[in-house]
Amino acid sequence: MSDDTDSDITKPAAEAAGFTIAQRQEREKRLRRRANMIATFSTIAVVLAIIVLVPLAPGWEKVQRSFFNGEVFLKTFPTLVKAFMLDIAIFAWSAPIIAVWALVVALARDARSPALFPLRLFATIYNDVFRGVPVILIVYLIGFGIPGLGLPRPWNSPYIWGSVALVLSYSAYVAEVYRTGIESIHESQRSAAKSLGLSHWDTMRYVILPQAIRRVIPANMNSLISLQKDVALLSFIGPVELLRQAGVFKSLYANFTPYLGASLLFLAVTIPATRLADRMIAKQNRERS
Amino acid sequence: MTLKLELKEVYKSFGALKVCRGISMTVDKGQMICLIGASGSGKSTLLRCINLLEEVDGGQILLDGQDITDPSLDPLPFRRRIGLVFQSFNLFPHMTVMENVMLAPRRVHKPPKAQLIAETTQLFERFGLADRMKYYPDQLSGGQQQRVAIIRALAMKPEIMLFDEVTSALDPELVGEVLDVLRQLKSEGMTMILATHEMGFAREAADKICFLDQGIIVEAGPPQQIFDAPKQDRTREFLSRVL
Repeated sequence: MSDDTDSDITKPAAEAAGFTIAQRQEREKRLRRRANMIATFSTIAVVLAIIVLVPLAPGWEKVQRSFFNGEVFLKTFPTLVKAFMLDIAIFAWSAPIIAVWALVVALARDARSPALFPLRLFATIYNDVFRGVPVILIVYLIGFGIPGLGLPRPWNSPYIWGSVALVLSYSAYVAEVYRTGIESIHESQRSAAKSLGLSHWDTMRYVILPQAIRRVIPANMNSLISLQKDVALLSFIGPVELLRQAGVFKSLYANFTPYLGASLLFLAVTIPATRLADRMIAKQNRERS
Repeated sequence: MTLKLELKEVYKSFGALKVCRGISMTVDKGQMICLIGASGSGKSTLLRCINLLEEVDGGQILLDGQDITDPSLDPLPFRRRIGLVFQSFNLFPHMTVMENVMLAPRRVHKPPKAQLIAETTQLFERFGLADRMKYYPDQLSGGQQQRVAIIRALAMKPEIMLFDEVTSALDPELVGEVLDVLRQLKSEGMTMILATHEMGFAREAADKICFLDQGIIVEAGPPQQIFDAPKQDRTREFLSRVL
């Protein structure tokens, strides 16, 4: 390498700069390669240690038989996939209802005029109650309680009331997310809309909400991911969805492998969704900076 | 000269802070009034009071002789007759500038769509921005954004336009294009009130200058009188600092 402390002012500046940039890039490439190598080695070492050490545990053979049983896995997995479709269906009809109902609750909590105070009070109590009680309790209370009123079919279906329980519970959280979005829109946007003579509701609908909802999409993605998992709670009130089906198989084969299969199915949905949410958040942060 | 707007002893405080302490002034139809004074002297608050964005604590604001601060009256119809342009543009970032301009007329006047588009296009042409209509605010320069904000206010066909330091957030080389729009509006007969720090422009274009200090109008008069022969010490002192 040549000596770059020997500055030659007659040399064109671009050439001098190009030289140092190339040098820096080379250095960064070396550092990156080294970092990758260290990461690869340490990963291999950890994986090897697990493969070698875990089977040395005294109970390993029994665990392997009851949790990692290939035969049971192959026999039960197709039915588990079918049961998972029910989870997805419940998710698919609950999520849009949550998105809308939560917005209603959020707007009710922001109602400013004194005449609408009861609405605001209702929304506040609603949020306190449904965020304060564990989802599983809501599922039990609504899923068993309301059909217990002796409603005729199909109105006693655990699918309906289980979904209602999820919607009520999740809407309370999502409503809070909407509210932070609404509050994050700068007051000057409201002033501008008002000064043009737009009504309170038009200002909300055309100016505030479109910006606020867009801003909280990544945060709501996280709510959706946990909703997808919490659909499994409905197994406690009847529907034979994935968790319930895995439980049935567990009893049938006296083996826990179906639970592993169920976990893999959940991961197949939640991991891509989490990555997508992370990417959206990163993109939003970039745009804001 | 017909009287368009009259302020009678307008008071406004925020908590313990008295921002307007009895401001009275008159604005004739087609006049351009410039409010000058240091930051915090009450210029912006006064404009926001006239637009009814702030409720006055005392006094009256008469538009064509009608008191618009009467709390029993709906403020919306009055706001529509008084346009306000902000220092920071406040365009709606999720809409194209054309949608920005059309939103309020579409919701309030509800004209046929073809007519609305024709009128909007005409406005953009009048202010030399016809080729930018489909852009989003963040794709335009500060000067262009501020001109769009002026067009947006004009689209409501206001009878008075208020300008709150509309050039203060602009790079110096972009100030000119916005001032040109103001000159154009004046020549078209618009009634205007400006809060401004552009002393050169105020001297050249205003019909009347009001110097505000600590929430009162210390001195008012034609530009020559205020700039060349101020009667009050406070006016002299302020001008010696900014000129």
